[in-house]
Amino acid sequence: MLVRPKAGILDPQGAAVERALPALGFEGVSQVRVGRLIELEVSDPDTLPAMCERLLANPLIEDYEVLLDGVS
Amino acid sequence: MKFGVVVFPGSCDDVDAQLACARVADVVPLWHADHDLQGVDAVVIPGGFSYGDYLRAGAIARFAPVMTEVIDFAHAGGYVMGICNGFQVCCEAGLLPGALLTNASLRFVCRQVSLEVVNGDTAFTRALLSGATLSIPVKHTTGRYYAPEQELERLEAAGQVVLRYGPGQNPNGALRDIAGVINEQGNVFGLMPHPEHAVDELTGSTDGLGLFASLRDSVGALVGGGR
Repeated sequence: MLVRPKAGILDPQGAAVERALPALGFEGVSQVRVGRLIELEVSDPDTLPAMCERLLANPLIEDYEVLLDGVS
Repeated sequence: MKFGVVVFPGSCDDVDAQLACARVADVVPLWHADHDLQGVDAVVIPGGFSYGDYLRAGAIARFAPVMTEVIDFAHAGGYVMGICNGFQVCCEAGLLPGALLTNASLRFVCRQVSLEVVNGDTAFTRALLSGATLSIPVKHTTGRYYAPEQELERLEAAGQVVLRYGPGQNPNGALRDIAGVINEQGNVFGLMPHPEHAVDELTGSTDGLGLFASLRDSVGALVGGGR
């Protein structure tokens, strides 16, 4: 699951990273947002959105995206 | 009259909260793993780092066994005050609107702030006057109050913004300088500052006492008791 700060919400971590990159010579960087990656194994992938809604993300302040790998 | 202070693994202000409650009522600790509120008349969720604040501050604590009872208690009209981490827990539990985000500075702040009592007509501020100024410390990294713009408008109009940081005092980038909010029903109150650290002249201010005294008076009016 990718969990990101919602658009429009101030992300001070992203802002700090955005300020740091030019200092290292990486120019042309903007709109940096820092989120979270949650990896897990699950027997029923259909439960993933509910997991995100109830615990893994706070839908008021975060968007989430479910990425599946190795679904049989 | 009996107050209960929830104790999670990682709570660190539970003892101060109990000492503050003891100024106005009897008080018992409420262990996080117990499905038991011990018949208390009001619940205080104290500051700290419940369950290590893993994932998001308050996100795990919100599902602690005792929270089932706290949420039922709140839905039945019982008074609940969430301080700092307790405020975060209340927001995560859906007992209060909004969320607390990482401070805009990304830094831990620990300082005395002045607060404006925006609404002195709540169960938690009735011993205070609207417009009064309180000197109470804050100490947190995750205190930036956020709610969507239309929700903020609704909260302001309904008098649910109870405390605001004074001019130039906002320590965390909270929207509209919001330091404390109450739910629509008026029985759940959350605030980032720590009134339990401001109940004795020894630590510089007794301005926090008014909130605990207000809670005592409100519980007294509700149960017809009193100490």
